[in-house]
Amino acid sequence: MANLKDLRNRIASVTSTQKITKAMKMVSASKLKRAQEAAEAARPYAERMENVLSSLASSMKGQAGGPALLAGTGSDQRHLVVVATSERGLCGGFNTNIVKAAKAKIHSLVRDGKDVTIVTIGKKGRAVLRREFANKMIEHFDLSHVKNLRFDDATPISAWLIEKYEAGEFDVCTLFFAKFVNVLTQEVTPLQLIPASINEESGTDLGDASYEYEPDEKDILEELLPRNIAVQLFRALLENAASEQGSRMTAMDNATRNAGEMIDSLRTTYNRSRQAVITNELIEIISGAEAL
Amino acid sequence: MADKLHFELVSPARLLKSAEVDMVVVPGTEGDFGVMPLHAPVVSTLRTGIIEVHDAGDVEKLLVVGGFAEVNPAGLTILAETALPLAEVDKAHFEAELKDLQEDVQDAKDADEKARAEKARDRVVSILDVLNREAA
Repeated sequence: MANLKDLRNRIASVTSTQKITKAMKMVSASKLKRAQEAAEAARPYAERMENVLSSLASSMKGQAGGPALLAGTGSDQRHLVVVATSERGLCGGFNTNIVKAAKAKIHSLVRDGKDVTIVTIGKKGRAVLRREFANKMIEHFDLSHVKNLRFDDATPISAWLIEKYEAGEFDVCTLFFAKFVNVLTQEVTPLQLIPASINEESGTDLGDASYEYEPDEKDILEELLPRNIAVQLFRALLENAASEQGSRMTAMDNATRNAGEMIDSLRTTYNRSRQAVITNELIEIISGAEAL
Repeated sequence: MADKLHFELVSPARLLKSAEVDMVVVPGTEGDFGVMPLHAPVVSTLRTGIIEVHDAGDVEKLLVVGGFAEVNPAGLTILAETALPLAEVDKAHFEAELKDLQEDVQDAKDADEKARAEKARDRVVSILDVLNREAA
């Protein structure tokens, strides 16, 4: 049986761990609120952007020679997988889930004989992926200095992607991130960035009328498509930030509860053994007195 | 709602405005154009300029830097890169930024860096241009 001093020490250490997890939970709760607001504020722009693009794409349909960012390169041999994870750990299954989904995708692509390269955003996913795919990782974007994500933080990444695409280094680009559903649920979502995935339904029906373009269709699409990638990426990163905080909050809540249960059971053991020691001493004294 | 135009102004960070208005004057790359209800469908890129929102005799002005305008039967949507109500624009802030960027252009080590710095500077110059014209 552990002695009393050991038990006291363990109780003290679990209590301080509980304090830490409790504090982390509160911090992420307040951060979550901000991240969630930011993610929700960014949604209208991304949605409108998608609408405009869909309208444009459907009116461009049937015309040959659309921009490569929309039409693709005509091949799907080389895939680029962008995995967005968090910069910090202790957030439950958040990073694991994203990485797991990305890994499954990478494995299935490799089985189909495709060439796969990987780009990571956030160091947590990078560490795990490097163990398995070190030779496929070509770039890493570090966002650990970023406190509140702004649009300008997403643009360098999208610029890099477009540059590589135009240099012909890959054909298809898929982004993995966790979509924020609610505090308990985050959904890992693969999003095809290049060529742009267009939902034909979401465009506004113009009926018989058609758009006039100023300056002209090609110029507008050429500006709009890179912009769309930046916007989608920005949105994904915001969703990711909200998901991370939500996931951390749940994880820390669980940890706090577990610590509480542990303290209870340790305290019971401690009290029992303290009582046993007292009983023992009493028996010794009494039997000593009787022996006289 | 044929007598009012549904107008939405969004920037990447947030939805700035969503309202029913009488008319909006949009600074397109090929010239300003006014959008009233039942306008024909148009997609246009924007230049740095002022969006004028006319409603019930009032005119609200917003500074916009780059982006797109889309007119469809549902209304007018402006996807701005940056947008701010003119009243909230801090001219001194842009002037300070311009000074910084001018230094950047001078300190640029190679052609690439210089081109980037010049682009950023020109953007701020165009903003200040618009602000000066508006103030005059």
